[in-house]
Amino acid sequence: MKTDVLVIGAGAAGMAAAIAAAKRNLKVVIAERDEITGGILNQCIHNGFGLHYFREELTGPEYAERFREQLSRYAGAIDVLNDCHVLRLNRDRTALLVSPKNVFELEAKVVVYAAGARERPFGSLMIPGDRPSGIFTAGVAQRLMNIDNRKVGRKALIVGSGDIGMIMARRLTLEGIEVVGVVERLPYPGGLLRNVIQCLKDFNIPLYLSSTVVEVKGSERLEEVVVASVDEQFRPIPGTEKSFKVDTLVLSVGLIPQVEMLNGLVTLDKRTRGIACSNTGQSSNEWIFAAGNCTAVFDLVDYVTKEGERAGEYASRYVNGERFSLGVPIVPGENVMLTFPNYYNDVDDLTLYLRCKKPMEKALLKVGGFEKTFEDLIPSEMIVVKIPKQKLSNLDRIEVKLEEV
Amino acid sequence: MEKIVCVLCPMGCKIKYSVEDGKIVSVEGNRCPRGLSYLEDELKEPKRIVPTSVKVVNGELPLASVKTSKPIPKRLIPEFMELVKQVQIEAPVKVGDVILKNVLETGADVVATRTVKRVNSA
Ligand SMILES: Cc1cc2nc3c(=O)[nH]c(=O)nc-3n(C[C@H](O)[C@H](O)[C@H](O)COP(=O)(O)OP(=O)(O)OC[C@H]3O[C@@H](n4cnc5c(N)ncnc54)[C@H](O)[C@@H]3O)c2cc1C
Repeated sequence: MKTDVLVIGAGAAGMAAAIAAAKRNLKVVIAERDEITGGILNQCIHNGFGLHYFREELTGPEYAERFREQLSRYAGAIDVLNDCHVLRLNRDRTALLVSPKNVFELEAKVVVYAAGARERPFGSLMIPGDRPSGIFTAGVAQRLMNIDNRKVGRKALIVGSGDIGMIMARRLTLEGIEVVGVVERLPYPGGLLRNVIQCLKDFNIPLYLSSTVVEVKGSERLEEVVVASVDEQFRPIPGTEKSFKVDTLVLSVGLIPQVEMLNGLVTLDKRTRGIACSNTGQSSNEWIFAAGNCTAVFDLVDYVTKEGERAGEYASRYVNGERFSLGVPIVPGENVMLTFPNYYNDVDDLTLYLRCKKPMEKALLKVGGFEKTFEDLIPSEMIVVKIPKQKLSNLDRIEVKLEEV
Repeated sequence: MEKIVCVLCPMGCKIKYSVEDGKIVSVEGNRCPRGLSYLEDELKEPKRIVPTSVKVVNGELPLASVKTSKPIPKRLIPEFMELVKQVQIEAPVKVGDVILKNVLETGADVVATRTVKRVNSA
Protein backbone atom coordinates (compact mmCIF):
# COMPACT_ATOMS: atom_id res chain seq x y z
CA MET A 1 0.00 0.00 0.00
CA LYS A 2 1.11 3.54 -0.68
CA THR A 3 0.05 6.93 0.61
CA ASP A 4 1.24 10.52 0.64
CA VAL A 5 0.94 11.05 4.38
CA LEU A 6 0.95 8.44 7.12
CA VAL A 7 -0.33 9.77 10.44
CA ILE A 8 0.55 7.59 13.42
CA GLY A 9 -1.97 7.97 16.25
CA ALA A 10 -5.48 9.41 16.03
CA GLY A 11 -5.62 11.54 19.16
CA ALA A 12 -6.22 15.26 19.00
CA ALA A 13 -2.87 15.86 17.26
CA GLY A 14 -3.18 13.11 14.68
CA MET A 15 -6.77 13.93 13.74
CA ALA A 16 -5.91 17.60 13.23
CA ALA A 17 -2.85 16.72 11.15
CA ALA A 18 -4.80 14.31 8.95
CA ILE A 19 -7.51 16.88 8.28
CA ALA A 20 -4.95 19.59 7.50
CA ALA A 21 -3.25 17.33 4.95
CA ALA A 22 -6.55 16.24 3.37
CA LYS A 23 -7.49 19.90 2.95
CA ARG A 24 -4.39 20.21 0.81
CA ASN A 25 -5.61 17.40 -1.42
CA LEU A 26 -3.23 14.75 -0.25
CA LYS A 27 -3.94 11.10 0.30
CA VAL A 28 -3.77 10.34 4.02
CA VAL A 29 -3.72 7.16 6.06
CA ILE A 30 -4.24 7.57 9.80
CA ALA A 31 -3.47 4.52 11.92
CA GLU A 32 -4.82 4.17 15.44
CA ARG A 33 -4.30 1.15 17.64
CA ASP A 34 -7.45 1.80 19.66
CA GLU A 35 -10.90 0.80 18.42
CA ILE A 36 -12.01 4.40 18.23
CA THR A 37 -10.26 7.60 17.28
CA GLY A 38 -9.81 10.43 19.76
CA GLY A 39 -7.01 9.18 21.98
CA ILE A 40 -7.01 10.22 25.60
CA LEU A 41 -9.98 12.56 25.01
CA ASN A 42 -12.42 9.65 24.99
CA GLN A 43 -11.88 8.84 28.63
CA CYS A 44 -11.69 12.44 29.89
CA ILE A 45 -15.40 12.94 30.49
CA HIS A 46 -14.85 16.14 32.49
CA ASN A 47 -15.33 19.53 30.93
CA GLY A 48 -12.42 21.85 30.18
CA PHE A 49 -11.71 21.25 26.52
CA GLY A 50 -11.97 23.46 23.49
CA LEU A 51 -12.29 26.88 25.03
CA HIS A 52 -9.61 28.39 22.81
CA TYR A 53 -10.33 26.41 19.70
CA PHE A 54 -14.14 26.32 19.68
CA ARG A 55 -14.78 29.20 22.09
CA GLU A 56 -17.00 26.94 24.11
CA GLU A 57 -16.32 24.49 26.84
CA LEU A 58 -16.65 20.83 25.94
CA THR A 59 -15.94 17.49 27.54
CA GLY A 60 -13.22 15.28 26.06
CA PRO A 61 -15.60 12.94 24.18
CA GLU A 62 -17.47 15.91 22.69
CA TYR A 63 -14.22 17.47 21.52
CA ALA A 64 -13.12 14.17 19.96
CA GLU A 65 -16.47 13.72 18.29
CA ARG A 66 -16.23 17.05 16.49
CA PHE A 67 -12.96 15.97 14.92
CA ARG A 68 -14.20 12.49 14.13
CA GLU A 69 -17.03 14.11 12.22
CA GLN A 70 -14.55 16.18 10.22
CA LEU A 71 -12.48 13.08 9.51
CA SER A 72 -15.56 11.40 8.07
CA ARG A 73 -16.21 14.42 5.88
CA TYR A 74 -12.86 13.78 4.21
CA ALA A 75 -13.55 10.06 3.89
CA GLY A 76 -12.37 10.06 0.27
CA ALA A 77 -8.98 11.46 1.14
CA ILE A 78 -8.41 10.06 4.62
CA ASP A 79 -8.31 6.37 5.27
CA VAL A 80 -8.90 5.82 9.01
CA LEU A 81 -7.47 2.52 10.19
CA ASN A 82 -8.70 1.68 13.66
CA ASP A 83 -7.49 -1.29 15.68
CA CYS A 84 -4.29 -0.87 13.75
CA HIS A 85 -0.93 -0.67 15.48
CA VAL A 86 2.10 0.78 13.76
CA LEU A 87 4.79 -1.58 14.88
CA ARG A 88 7.82 -0.19 13.11
CA LEU A 89 8.95 2.72 11.01
CA ASN A 90 11.85 2.09 8.64
CA ARG A 91 14.49 4.39 7.18
CA ASP A 92 13.12 3.82 3.68
CA ARG A 93 9.82 5.50 4.67
CA THR A 94 7.91 2.25 5.00
CA ALA A 95 5.97 1.24 8.08
CA LEU A 96 4.85 -2.12 9.37
CA LEU A 97 1.22 -2.14 10.49
CA VAL A 98 -0.57 -4.81 12.48
CA SER A 99 -4.31 -5.27 12.85
CA PRO A 100 -6.40 -8.28 13.90
CA LYS A 101 -7.04 -8.95 10.23
CA ASN A 102 -3.60 -8.57 8.71
CA VAL A 103 -0.01 -7.44 8.87
CA PHE A 104 1.05 -5.18 6.05
CA GLU A 105 3.55 -2.65 4.84
CA LEU A 106 2.72 0.90 3.95
CA GLU A 107 4.93 3.28 2.04
CA ALA A 108 4.56 7.00 2.72
CA LYS A 109 6.15 10.17 1.39
CA VAL A 110 5.96 11.77 4.79
CA VAL A 111 5.03 10.68 8.31
CA VAL A 112 3.28 12.70 10.99
CA TYR A 113 4.01 11.01 14.27
CA ALA A 114 1.35 11.75 16.90
CA ALA A 115 1.57 8.90 19.40
CA GLY A 116 0.83 10.96 22.51
CA ALA A 117 2.33 10.34 25.92
CA ARG A 118 2.23 7.54 28.45
CA GLU A 119 1.96 7.70 32.19
CA ARG A 120 4.85 7.30 34.54
CA PRO A 121 4.20 3.93 36.15
CA PHE A 122 4.35 2.92 39.81
CA GLY A 123 7.59 1.01 39.22
CA SER A 124 9.44 4.19 38.34
CA LEU A 125 8.81 5.69 41.79
CA MET A 126 10.96 3.18 43.66
CA ILE A 127 8.56 3.05 46.61
CA PRO A 128 9.56 0.40 49.15
CA GLY A 129 7.08 -2.19 50.35
CA ASP A 130 4.74 -4.80 48.94
CA ARG A 131 3.31 -5.03 45.43
CA PRO A 132 -0.35 -5.78 46.06
CA SER A 133 -3.24 -5.14 43.69
CA GLY A 134 -5.14 -1.89 44.01
CA ILE A 135 -2.46 0.41 42.63
CA PHE A 136 -3.44 2.19 39.42
CA THR A 137 -2.16 4.99 37.29
CA ALA A 138 -4.75 7.75 36.94
CA GLY A 139 -5.28 7.03 33.27
CA VAL A 140 -5.95 3.36 33.85
CA ALA A 141 -8.37 4.14 36.71
CA GLN A 142 -10.05 6.72 34.51
CA ARG A 143 -10.46 4.33 31.65
CA LEU A 144 -11.83 1.57 33.90
CA MET A 145 -14.40 3.89 35.43
CA ASN A 146 -15.37 6.11 32.53
CA ILE A 147 -15.36 3.63 29.68
CA ASP A 148 -15.58 0.12 31.12
CA ASN A 149 -17.93 0.94 34.04
CA ARG A 150 -15.78 -0.65 36.73
CA LYS A 151 -15.28 0.63 40.24
CA VAL A 152 -11.61 0.59 41.19
CA GLY A 153 -11.96 0.33 44.98
CA ARG A 154 -13.63 1.66 48.13
CA LYS A 155 -11.18 3.97 49.80
CA ALA A 156 -8.39 5.69 47.95
CA LEU A 157 -5.34 7.89 48.25
CA ILE A 158 -4.07 9.87 45.30
CA VAL A 159 -0.45 10.69 44.57
CA GLY A 160 0.21 13.79 42.50
CA SER A 161 -1.77 17.02 42.50
CA GLY A 162 -1.56 17.81 38.81
CA ASP A 163 -4.84 18.37 37.04
CA ILE A 164 -5.21 14.70 36.29
CA GLY A 165 -4.75 13.70 39.93
CA MET A 166 -7.24 16.28 41.15
CA ILE A 167 -9.81 15.43 38.50
CA MET A 168 -9.54 11.80 39.50
CA ALA A 169 -10.07 12.74 43.15
CA ARG A 170 -13.39 14.28 42.15
CA ARG A 171 -14.33 11.43 39.86
CA LEU A 172 -13.70 8.80 42.52
CA THR A 173 -15.67 10.81 45.08
CA LEU A 174 -18.64 11.24 42.76
CA GLU A 175 -18.61 7.50 42.13
CA GLY A 176 -18.87 6.84 45.85
CA ILE A 177 -15.25 6.02 46.57
CA GLU A 178 -13.90 7.76 49.66
CA VAL A 179 -10.80 9.78 48.81
CA VAL A 180 -8.74 10.31 51.95
CA GLY A 181 -6.31 12.76 50.41
CA VAL A 182 -4.04 13.89 47.63
CA VAL A 183 -0.31 13.71 48.28
CA GLU A 184 2.03 16.16 46.54
CA ARG A 185 5.78 16.41 46.98
CA LEU A 186 5.99 20.03 45.85
CA PRO A 187 5.16 22.81 48.34
CA TYR A 188 2.34 24.01 46.04
CA PRO A 189 -0.39 22.23 44.06
CA GLY A 190 0.76 20.90 40.71
CA GLY A 191 -2.34 21.76 38.71
CA LEU A 192 -4.69 24.64 38.03
CA LEU A 193 -6.24 26.55 40.94
CA ARG A 194 -9.59 25.94 39.31
CA ASN A 195 -9.15 22.24 39.93
CA VAL A 196 -7.95 22.74 43.51
CA ILE A 197 -11.31 24.42 44.09
CA GLN A 198 -13.77 22.36 42.09
CA CYS A 199 -12.12 18.99 42.57
CA LEU A 200 -10.69 19.13 46.10
CA LYS A 201 -12.17 22.00 48.14
CA ASP A 202 -15.71 21.34 46.90
CA PHE A 203 -15.50 17.82 48.32
CA ASN A 204 -13.34 18.56 51.37
CA ILE A 205 -10.51 16.38 50.13
CA PRO A 206 -7.28 17.20 52.00
CA LEU A 207 -4.18 18.10 50.01
CA TYR A 208 -0.91 17.08 51.66
CA LEU A 209 1.83 19.29 50.23
CA SER A 210 5.56 18.61 50.60
CA SER A 211 4.69 14.96 51.18
CA THR A 212 5.40 11.65 49.54
CA VAL A 213 4.56 7.97 49.79
CA VAL A 214 7.29 6.08 51.61
CA GLU A 215 5.78 2.62 51.83
CA VAL A 216 2.90 0.52 50.53
CA LYS A 217 1.63 -2.50 52.47
CA GLY A 218 -0.79 -5.30 51.63
CA SER A 219 -0.67 -9.02 51.02
CA GLU A 220 -3.12 -9.43 48.14
CA ARG A 221 -4.98 -6.16 47.94
CA LEU A 222 -3.49 -2.87 49.09
CA GLU A 223 -4.15 -2.28 52.80
CA GLU A 224 -2.05 0.64 53.93
CA VAL A 225 -0.04 3.51 52.51
CA VAL A 226 2.54 5.38 54.55
CA VAL A 227 3.08 9.04 53.75
CA ALA A 228 5.84 11.31 55.09
CA SER A 229 6.77 14.97 54.76
CA VAL A 230 9.76 15.78 52.57
CA ASP A 231 12.54 18.35 52.77
CA GLU A 232 13.54 20.66 49.95
CA GLN A 233 15.40 17.89 48.15
CA PHE A 234 12.24 15.74 48.36
CA ARG A 235 13.88 13.47 50.95
CA PRO A 236 11.38 12.00 53.45
CA ILE A 237 11.79 13.45 56.96
CA PRO A 238 11.98 10.64 59.54
CA GLY A 239 9.33 10.81 62.24
CA THR A 240 6.74 12.54 60.08
CA GLU A 241 5.08 9.35 58.82
CA LYS A 242 1.30 9.12 58.65
CA SER A 243 -0.58 5.97 57.80
CA PHE A 244 -3.66 5.71 55.58
CA LYS A 245 -5.75 2.54 55.55
CA VAL A 246 -6.83 2.41 51.91
CA ASP A 247 -7.43 -0.30 49.35
CA THR A 248 -6.62 1.88 46.36
CA LEU A 249 -3.71 4.07 45.36
CA VAL A 250 -4.05 6.23 42.27
CA LEU A 251 -0.88 7.65 40.79
CA SER A 252 -0.76 10.75 38.73
CA VAL A 253 2.91 11.52 38.62
CA GLY A 254 3.50 12.72 35.14
CA LEU A 255 3.32 11.93 31.47
CA ILE A 256 6.27 10.99 29.30
CA PRO A 257 6.22 11.54 25.53
CA GLN A 258 5.96 8.25 23.69
CA VAL A 259 8.97 8.20 21.41
CA GLU A 260 10.36 4.65 21.35
CA MET A 261 9.33 3.90 17.79
CA LEU A 262 11.47 6.75 16.51
CA ASN A 263 14.61 5.79 18.44
CA GLY A 264 17.55 6.17 16.12
CA LEU A 265 15.45 8.00 13.52
CA VAL A 266 15.14 11.44 15.12
CA THR A 267 16.72 13.61 17.80
CA LEU A 268 14.99 13.94 21.16
CA ASP A 269 14.94 16.97 23.41
CA LYS A 270 16.55 16.55 26.84
CA ARG A 271 14.02 18.70 28.70
CA THR A 272 10.70 17.75 27.13
CA ARG A 273 11.93 14.15 26.61
CA GLY A 274 9.92 14.33 23.41
CA ILE A 275 10.75 14.55 19.74
CA ALA A 276 12.74 17.68 19.04
CA CYS A 277 10.87 19.74 16.43
CA SER A 278 11.04 22.95 14.54
CA ASN A 279 8.14 25.39 14.51
CA THR A 280 7.05 23.61 11.33
CA GLY A 281 6.58 20.38 13.27
CA GLN A 282 9.52 18.88 11.41
CA SER A 283 11.92 16.63 13.31
CA SER A 284 15.66 16.26 12.72
CA ASN A 285 14.73 13.74 10.03
CA GLU A 286 13.22 15.72 7.18
CA TRP A 287 10.37 13.32 6.32
CA ILE A 288 9.22 12.82 9.92
CA PHE A 289 6.97 15.47 11.41
CA ALA A 290 5.52 15.21 14.91
CA ALA A 291 2.86 16.87 17.01
CA GLY A 292 1.10 16.70 20.35
CA ASN A 293 2.17 15.05 23.55
CA CYS A 294 4.89 13.00 21.89
CA THR A 295 6.81 16.24 21.34
CA ALA A 296 6.13 17.95 24.67
CA VAL A 297 3.34 17.41 27.18
CA PHE A 298 0.76 20.13 26.59
CA ASP A 299 -1.75 21.44 29.15
CA LEU A 300 -4.60 22.00 26.78
CA VAL A 301 -5.92 20.00 23.91
CA ASP A 302 -6.50 23.25 22.01
CA TYR A 303 -2.73 23.71 21.74
CA VAL A 304 -2.32 20.11 20.64
CA THR A 305 -4.87 20.61 17.88
CA LYS A 306 -3.07 23.74 16.66
CA GLU A 307 0.27 21.94 16.62
CA GLY A 308 -1.31 19.00 14.81
CA GLU A 309 -2.68 21.33 12.14
CA ARG A 310 0.70 22.98 11.78
CA ALA A 311 2.51 19.65 11.38
CA GLY A 312 -0.12 18.53 8.87
CA GLU A 313 0.29 21.70 6.87
CA TYR A 314 4.09 21.64 6.66
CA ALA A 315 4.16 17.90 6.06
CA SER A 316 1.87 18.55 3.08
CA ARG A 317 4.08 21.32 1.79
CA TYR A 318 7.00 18.93 2.09
CA VAL A 319 5.17 16.35 -0.02
CA ASN A 320 4.53 19.09 -2.56
CA GLY A 321 8.25 19.70 -2.91
CA GLU A 322 9.04 22.46 -0.43
CA ARG A 323 12.11 21.94 1.70
CA PHE A 324 12.64 23.43 5.15
CA SER A 325 15.74 23.76 7.23
CA LEU A 326 15.37 22.84 10.87
CA GLY A 327 16.35 26.37 11.81
CA VAL A 328 18.17 27.80 14.81
CA PRO A 329 17.98 26.17 18.24
CA ILE A 330 15.64 27.57 20.89
CA VAL A 331 17.12 27.07 24.34
CA PRO A 332 15.66 27.54 27.83
CA GLY A 333 17.52 30.17 29.85
CA GLU A 334 17.01 31.74 33.27
CA ASN A 335 13.95 30.43 35.17
CA VAL A 336 12.72 28.47 32.18
CA MET A 337 12.21 24.74 32.58
CA LEU A 338 11.38 23.85 29.00
CA THR A 339 10.40 25.32 25.69
CA PHE A 340 8.64 24.07 22.61
CA PRO A 341 9.38 24.08 19.68
CA ASN A 342 13.06 23.30 19.90
CA TYR A 343 14.13 24.98 16.65
CA TYR A 344 12.95 28.03 14.78
CA ASN A 345 12.73 28.44 11.02
CA ASP A 346 11.66 31.89 9.84
CA VAL A 347 9.04 30.65 7.35
CA ASP A 348 6.54 31.86 9.91
CA ASP A 349 6.06 33.69 13.20
CA LEU A 350 6.84 31.67 16.29
CA THR A 351 4.20 30.25 18.62
CA LEU A 352 6.32 29.54 21.66
CA TYR A 353 5.27 27.32 24.58
CA LEU A 354 7.22 27.37 27.80
CA ARG A 355 7.08 26.40 31.44
CA CYS A 356 8.73 28.35 34.23
CA LYS A 357 10.93 26.62 36.78
CA LYS A 358 9.25 27.90 39.93
CA PRO A 359 6.16 29.92 40.85
CA MET A 360 6.75 33.62 40.07
CA GLU A 361 4.57 36.60 40.89
CA LYS A 362 5.70 38.74 38.01
CA ALA A 363 8.24 38.05 35.31
CA LEU A 364 9.54 39.58 32.12
CA LEU A 365 9.78 37.13 29.24
CA LYS A 366 12.69 37.86 26.89
CA VAL A 367 13.05 36.08 23.56
CA GLY A 368 15.37 37.71 21.01
CA GLY A 369 14.01 41.22 20.55
CA PHE A 370 10.68 40.34 22.12
CA GLU A 371 9.60 41.20 25.66
CA LYS A 372 6.37 40.67 27.56
CA THR A 373 5.40 40.75 31.22
CA PHE A 374 3.47 37.91 32.83
CA GLU A 375 1.87 37.61 36.25
CA ASP A 376 1.16 34.71 38.59
CA LEU A 377 3.26 32.12 36.83
CA ILE A 378 3.33 28.50 37.96
CA PRO A 379 5.24 25.63 36.34
CA SER A 380 2.08 23.61 35.73
CA GLU A 381 0.55 26.33 33.61
CA MET A 382 2.11 26.54 30.18
CA ILE A 383 2.81 30.00 28.83
CA VAL A 384 1.96 30.50 25.17
CA VAL A 385 3.08 33.54 23.20
CA LYS A 386 3.13 34.43 19.57
CA ILE A 387 6.35 36.15 18.56
CA PRO A 388 6.54 37.99 15.22
CA LYS A 389 9.40 36.86 13.02
CA GLN A 390 10.86 40.36 12.82
CA LYS A 391 11.77 40.04 16.49
CA LEU A 392 13.78 36.91 15.80
CA SER A 393 15.79 37.83 12.73
CA ASN A 394 19.56 37.38 12.54
CA LEU A 395 19.85 35.18 15.60
CA ASP A 396 21.87 32.00 15.49
CA ARG A 397 20.42 30.80 18.75
CA ILE A 398 17.25 31.87 20.54
CA GLU A 399 17.44 31.99 24.30
CA VAL A 400 14.21 32.16 26.31
CA LYS A 401 14.48 33.92 29.67
CA LEU A 402 12.11 34.87 32.47
CA GLU A 403 13.48 37.71 34.58
CA GLU A 404 11.85 38.27 37.94
CA VAL A 405 10.54 41.84 38.23
CA MET B 1 -10.42 43.13 48.56
CA GLU B 2 -11.31 39.45 48.52
CA LYS B 3 -10.01 37.10 45.87
CA ILE B 4 -11.62 34.07 44.24
CA VAL B 5 -10.71 31.93 41.28
CA CYS B 6 -13.36 31.46 38.65
CA VAL B 7 -13.74 27.76 37.82
CA LEU B 8 -15.95 28.14 34.76
CA CYS B 9 -13.11 27.55 32.33
CA PRO B 10 -9.42 26.65 32.31
CA MET B 11 -8.39 30.32 32.14
CA GLY B 12 -9.07 30.39 35.89
CA CYS B 13 -9.32 34.18 36.24
CA LYS B 14 -8.39 35.46 39.66
CA ILE B 15 -11.25 37.79 40.48
CA LYS B 16 -10.72 40.50 43.06
CA TYR B 17 -13.87 41.96 44.54
CA SER B 18 -15.28 43.74 47.53
CA VAL B 19 -18.68 43.45 49.16
CA GLU B 20 -20.53 46.03 51.23
CA ASP B 21 -23.83 45.23 52.96
CA GLY B 22 -24.15 42.05 50.96
CA LYS B 23 -23.67 43.86 47.66
CA ILE B 24 -20.73 43.57 45.29
CA VAL B 25 -19.29 47.05 44.97
CA SER B 26 -16.19 46.41 42.89
CA VAL B 27 -14.88 43.62 40.68
CA GLU B 28 -11.68 43.23 38.70
CA GLY B 29 -9.69 40.50 37.04
CA ASN B 30 -12.47 38.67 35.21
CA ARG B 31 -11.65 38.39 31.53
CA CYS B 32 -15.24 37.68 30.52
CA PRO B 33 -18.75 38.43 31.79
CA ARG B 34 -19.22 34.87 32.96
CA GLY B 35 -16.78 35.66 35.75
CA LEU B 36 -19.22 38.14 37.18
CA SER B 37 -22.12 35.70 37.26
CA TYR B 38 -19.77 33.12 38.76
CA LEU B 39 -18.89 35.55 41.52
CA GLU B 40 -22.54 36.36 42.19
CA ASP B 41 -23.42 32.66 42.36
CA GLU B 42 -20.43 31.89 44.52
CA LEU B 43 -21.52 34.44 47.13
CA LYS B 44 -25.16 33.33 47.08
CA GLU B 45 -25.37 29.72 45.94
CA PRO B 46 -22.23 28.05 44.52
CA LYS B 47 -22.98 26.08 41.37
CA ARG B 48 -21.06 23.59 39.27
CA ILE B 49 -21.40 21.76 36.00
CA VAL B 50 -21.34 18.06 36.84
CA PRO B 51 -19.80 15.67 34.30
CA THR B 52 -20.49 11.97 34.89
CA SER B 53 -21.92 8.96 33.05
CA VAL B 54 -25.11 6.91 32.81
CA LYS B 55 -25.66 3.25 32.03
CA VAL B 56 -26.51 2.25 28.50
CA VAL B 57 -28.46 -0.88 27.57
CA ASN B 58 -27.61 -2.66 24.30
CA GLY B 59 -24.83 -0.20 23.55
CA GLU B 60 -21.40 -0.77 22.11
CA LEU B 61 -20.14 0.73 25.38
CA PRO B 62 -21.61 0.17 28.84
CA LEU B 63 -21.70 3.90 29.61
CA ALA B 64 -22.52 7.16 27.96
CA SER B 65 -20.81 10.19 29.39
CA VAL B 66 -23.14 13.07 30.29
CA LYS B 67 -23.00 16.55 31.78
CA THR B 68 -25.45 19.04 33.21
CA SER B 69 -26.31 21.59 30.55
CA LYS B 70 -25.54 24.35 33.03
CA PRO B 71 -24.17 24.64 36.55
CA ILE B 72 -26.38 23.20 39.30
CA PRO B 73 -26.23 24.08 43.02
CA LYS B 74 -23.25 22.43 44.64
CA ARG B 75 -25.33 21.24 47.58
CA LEU B 76 -27.46 19.14 45.22
CA ILE B 77 -24.52 17.21 43.77
CA PRO B 78 -24.85 14.14 46.09
CA GLU B 79 -28.57 13.91 45.38
CA PHE B 80 -27.89 14.38 41.68
CA MET B 81 -25.39 11.53 41.66
CA GLU B 82 -27.87 9.22 43.44
CA LEU B 83 -30.43 10.02 40.80
CA VAL B 84 -28.06 9.54 37.87
CA LYS B 85 -27.04 6.16 39.23
CA GLN B 86 -30.61 4.90 38.72
CA VAL B 87 -30.77 6.01 35.10
CA GLN B 88 -30.50 3.49 32.27
CA ILE B 89 -30.94 4.43 28.67
CA GLU B 90 -31.43 2.34 25.62
CA ALA B 91 -28.85 2.64 22.83
CA PRO B 92 -28.37 4.34 20.43
CA VAL B 93 -27.36 7.54 22.18
CA LYS B 94 -26.26 10.62 20.29
CA VAL B 95 -24.09 13.41 21.57
CA GLY B 96 -26.43 16.21 22.70
CA ASP B 97 -29.38 13.90 23.48
CA VAL B 98 -31.29 15.09 26.52
CA ILE B 99 -31.27 12.25 29.03
CA LEU B 100 -33.11 14.01 31.89
CA LYS B 101 -35.00 17.28 31.67
CA ASN B 102 -34.88 19.95 34.35
CA VAL B 103 -33.07 17.69 36.75
CA LEU B 104 -34.01 18.26 40.43
CA GLU B 105 -35.88 21.39 39.34
CA THR B 106 -32.57 23.15 38.70
CA GLY B 107 -33.43 24.23 35.17
CA ALA B 108 -30.48 22.18 33.92
CA ASP B 109 -30.86 19.15 31.68
CA VAL B 110 -28.60 16.12 31.64
CA VAL B 111 -27.20 15.78 28.14
CA ALA B 112 -25.14 13.04 26.53
CA THR B 113 -21.56 13.95 25.67
CA ARG B 114 -20.81 10.78 23.76
CA THR B 115 -22.41 8.87 20.92
CA VAL B 116 -22.97 5.19 21.73
CA LYS B 117 -24.14 2.99 18.90
CA ARG B 118 -26.43 0.05 19.41
CA VAL B 119 -24.68 -3.32 19.43
CA ASN B 120 -24.75 -5.01 16.08
CA SER B 121 -25.86 -1.92 14.23
CA ALA B 122 -23.60 -0.26 11.73
C1 LIG C 1 -6.32 12.70 32.24
C2 LIG C 1 -6.12 13.91 31.36
C3 LIG C 1 -6.90 15.04 31.55
C4 LIG C 1 -6.78 16.16 30.70
N1 LIG C 1 -7.59 17.24 30.90
C5 LIG C 1 -7.58 18.27 29.99
C6 LIG C 1 -8.50 19.37 30.07
O1 LIG C 1 -9.31 19.46 31.01
N2 LIG C 1 -8.47 20.32 29.10
C7 LIG C 1 -7.60 20.24 28.05
O2 LIG C 1 -7.63 21.10 27.16
N3 LIG C 1 -6.69 19.25 27.98
C8 LIG C 1 -6.67 18.26 28.91
N4 LIG C 1 -5.77 17.23 28.80
C9 LIG C 1 -4.73 17.31 27.76
C10 LIG C 1 -5.18 16.87 26.37
O3 LIG C 1 -6.30 16.02 26.46
C11 LIG C 1 -4.08 16.12 25.71
O4 LIG C 1 -2.93 16.93 25.73
C12 LIG C 1 -4.37 15.77 24.25
O5 LIG C 1 -5.62 15.16 24.10
C13 LIG C 1 -3.26 14.89 23.73
O6 LIG C 1 -3.47 14.56 22.39
P1 LIG C 1 -2.41 13.73 21.55
O7 LIG C 1 -3.00 13.54 20.22
O8 LIG C 1 -1.07 14.33 21.65
O9 LIG C 1 -2.25 12.34 22.32
P2 LIG C 1 -3.26 11.13 22.60
O10 LIG C 1 -4.63 11.57 22.87
O11 LIG C 1 -2.57 10.30 23.64
O12 LIG C 1 -3.28 10.33 21.24
C14 LIG C 1 -2.26 9.49 20.79
C15 LIG C 1 -2.88 8.35 20.04
O13 LIG C 1 -1.88 7.61 19.37
C16 LIG C 1 -2.19 6.25 19.43
N5 LIG C 1 -0.96 5.51 19.21
C17 LIG C 1 0.19 5.59 19.91
N6 LIG C 1 1.12 4.79 19.40
C18 LIG C 1 0.57 4.18 18.32
C19 LIG C 1 1.04 3.21 17.38
N7 LIG C 1 2.27 2.74 17.44
N8 LIG C 1 0.19 2.79 16.41
C20 LIG C 1 -1.09 3.29 16.36
N9 LIG C 1 -1.58 4.18 17.21
C21 LIG C 1 -0.76 4.63 18.20
C22 LIG C 1 -2.79 6.08 20.80
O14 LIG C 1 -3.60 4.92 20.91
C23 LIG C 1 -3.60 7.37 20.95
O15 LIG C 1 -4.93 7.23 20.53
C24 LIG C 1 -5.83 16.12 29.66
C25 LIG C 1 -5.00 15.01 29.48
C26 LIG C 1 -5.13 13.91 30.32
C27 LIG C 1 -4.21 12.72 30.12
